[in-house]
Amino acid sequence: MSSTVLSPSAKASPSSPEGERKTFLNADYGWKSWLFTVDHKRIAVLYLISIMVFFLIGGTFALLMRAELLTAKGDLFEAETYNKLFTMHGVVMIFFFLVPSIPAVLGNFLVPIMVGTKDLAFPKINLLSWYIYIVGGAATLFVAITGGIDTGWTFYAPYSSTYANTNVAGTAVAVFITGFSSILTGLNFIVTIHKMRAPGMTWFRMPLFLWAQYATSLIMVLGTPVLAITIVLLGLERVFHIGIFDPALGGDPVLFQHLFWFYSHPAVYIMILPGMGVISEIIACFSKKRMFGYHFIAFSSLAIAIFGFVVWGHHMFVSGQSAYASFVFSFLTMLVAIPSAVKVFNWTATLYKGQVSLETPMLYALGFIGLFTIGGLTGVFLAVMGLDRHVHDTYFVVAHFHYVMVGGMVMAFMGGMHFWWSKMFGRKYPEWIAQFSSVVVFVGFNFTFFPQFLLGYMGMPRRYHQYNAEFEVLNVLSSAGASILGTGFLMTICYFIWSLKWGQVAERNPWGAKGLEWERAPSPPPTFNFEDGERIVVTEDAYAYTHEEPHGGSLQEARK
Amino acid sequence: MSSTHTVPLKIYFGVFIALCVLTGVTVWTAKHDYGALNTPVALAIAGLKASLVILFFMHVKYSSKLTQLFAFAGFFWLVLLLVFTLQDFMTRGMLPTYVFKH
Amino acid sequence: MSDHAHSTVGLAHHFDDLEQQKESGTLGMWAFLITEVLFFGGLFGAYAVYRSSYPDAFMRASAQLDVNLGGINTIVLIVSSLTMALAVYAAQKGSKGGIIAGLVGTWVFGAAFLVVKYFEYKHKWEHHLIPGPNFLFPDAHGVGQHGTPEQLYFALYFAMTGMHAFHMIIGLVILVWMMKKARRGDFTVHNYALVENFGLYWHFVDIVWIFLFPLLYLIGAHSGTPGAPH
Ligand SMILES: [Cu+2]
Repeated sequence: MSSTVLSPSAKASPSSPEGERKTFLNADYGWKSWLFTVDHKRIAVLYLISIMVFFLIGGTFALLMRAELLTAKGDLFEAETYNKLFTMHGVVMIFFFLVPSIPAVLGNFLVPIMVGTKDLAFPKINLLSWYIYIVGGAATLFVAITGGIDTGWTFYAPYSSTYANTNVAGTAVAVFITGFSSILTGLNFIVTIHKMRAPGMTWFRMPLFLWAQYATSLIMVLGTPVLAITIVLLGLERVFHIGIFDPALGGDPVLFQHLFWFYSHPAVYIMILPGMGVISEIIACFSKKRMFGYHFIAFSSLAIAIFGFVVWGHHMFVSGQSAYASFVFSFLTMLVAIPSAVKVFNWTATLYKGQVSLETPMLYALGFIGLFTIGGLTGVFLAVMGLDRHVHDTYFVVAHFHYVMVGGMVMAFMGGMHFWWSKMFGRKYPEWIAQFSSVVVFVGFNFTFFPQFLLGYMGMPRRYHQYNAEFEVLNVLSSAGASILGTGFLMTICYFIWSLKWGQVAERNPWGAKGLEWERAPSPPPTFNFEDGERIVVTEDAYAYTHEEPHGGSLQEARK
Repeated sequence: MSSTHTVPLKIYFGVFIALCVLTGVTVWTAKHDYGALNTPVALAIAGLKASLVILFFMHVKYSSKLTQLFAFAGFFWLVLLLVFTLQDFMTRGMLPTYVFKH
Repeated sequence: MSDHAHSTVGLAHHFDDLEQQKESGTLGMWAFLITEVLFFGGLFGAYAVYRSSYPDAFMRASAQLDVNLGGINTIVLIVSSLTMALAVYAAQKGSKGGIIAGLVGTWVFGAAFLVVKYFEYKHKWEHHLIPGPNFLFPDAHGVGQHGTPEQLYFALYFAMTGMHAFHMIIGLVILVWMMKKARRGDFTVHNYALVENFGLYWHFVDIVWIFLFPLLYLIGAHSGTPGAPH
């Protein structure tokens, strides 16, 4: 292997000003130094830029939908166009934003630093995963521009395989390709966490973020291939009509649902587990306390990853699945709520008597705990077969998973980006406006999605572009909320970009946090993460905040 | 350094002969009808052959616990996929479904 | 710490020593093989579901395959697994000639497998056994019927063996590249992880076939139905 050839540090850049410290950002210049980089931090930045593009695209689809739903009549789009909008919204947001967001951006940036090493185990494969992601994303955009797809993000057969007139095959190819980027990321994290930990960094000294990334990676490696082969079968069925999902030829469409949800339920945990890891870091730092129940949180991540694989049938209670199977899946689904609850209890216990301070990351973390709890508990409602029959395919389901995905994952992603922004780019974002916009996001989110619980319970079905007039008031509320939510996100993006140039220069550890990335790596870190020649040796547990010594004071100074 | 463990050549050839013999055995048993046991017998022989390949050709017998765990995990998850899918198809119609009375 | 640690030829910048690099590579390969198990696993799942739904149709369809060709191919693949194991053995002993001989043997038997597979596929094509609009399966009177459950068997047959053959083709390409490296003398006693990891891949492909052979070729063997029609 000769990866040093491509590494940015191989060529010292003479153009940097005298005395300026070498960081991974100024180690080399020019587009080639970015597109051919094997530095995990640069790849994280590449991922950050690309997932934000897809976030904005997916968000635009959402806003168009909310515009249509402002009135009961279907007056803005044709029904077919609306079907394409919600499908493209789901495909883009799930496969191109939620799944890669925290692992590929924050995970890529932080995993090697947190384990105390120079890079991921396979730097070139890491770069390859980004290219695969870009190819898959480009294919999706091509489909979107050339007519879109209208099957819903779940691609249920036999509609997708036989009847849909939209570009199912193209989307299948796109999602198939993208799957490999997440497999490669997961594989890299697993090997890095097993084999690259610095001396003294035992499993139970690892930050909980790493435990969460490890559990997520397990799901990526174990689940994604099944989605891939399912999509291959769907493509074969669609193109050659081999009968595998076609009841007219003896096939069974329910088999598609089984294979699809074998990946796609655990994929929910791909989307939420990394967020839980971020929240653990933030809660510990802004409570200045050791994590309450560290081992419980660590093992609950693994438990979620493992038991999350045997609950998928809760998506299929009304599909014709046998009553026995529904009973088993329903029971197991309720059990898998336990490890999630363990985390929530431990976070709140950590807050208790901590020196809590409410900077932006903490605001997002607290928002996460509340919203995720609502999202998770309504998930338990939906696992009850009788209740599911009532609210199946209604806005109750839509509200439930948006509370988990947006209220959970996006809040965690925002919290994490604020928490580590100064580490990544060496500049601080403006604190007061960030606090303000986090409140805007929180308010906007609840206005958007809480009415949808009510709508669903009243019986409004999802995936229609028009509805009965009695649902109009709540839909107007929801659309208004969506515009507030969108404003909050746009504000955030604006001040983040602004801070890159004009933000206050950040010191090494502005939050007074514990952890290798704060205590041992400069902001932003150099190419090999730590000061030249420094070999990291870990001697203390994670979150070794000493309660007696008040960090609050030094934190106040640090913020000035 | 213990990670390099050379397996004696006679083990490789022994495994090879065992695999060939078992291939013959599986063809032979397939020509006889054992009723419900046909598939379990075939799968048992295939499982035995696969175990020989994994343990000796792929050196898992001599590998670290971690490698052994990984080798096991893949097949374990495959079993999860098969069992939890089949528990639906095998139990269709076994429990009474809902009957709505007015 | 072993004396190997002093050898840094082929050591990437971010590893401490060759042992860490080798262990990482092996673990990565195993993680990759897990994904492969589950990738094929979806097909085995579909097979299990449809075989249990249509046991008789699967037996009738399976009887269309040639057990002899399948059996020969099984042995051919086992031989190529053996030669691959011997290539790794040679690499451990530092025998350049042994590595090349092992790789060439693996390639030859792998290619032989694909040649046999080609003739099997050709036979299916000629007998309208390719799933799709042209699929015809003879009923009790020998009249070809469209869209029977036997088509599901052949859909899975082609998906499974096709995916398997695809993996073999990839393997053959990598083998050629490795032969070049072996001739250049890139593999040493301290640095042969590539040979070893490719061996893992090749053995895995063999294992898939070990299951495909009884599940596809042998399920109708006891029913007395004659082999493939000629
Ligand atoms: Cu689910």
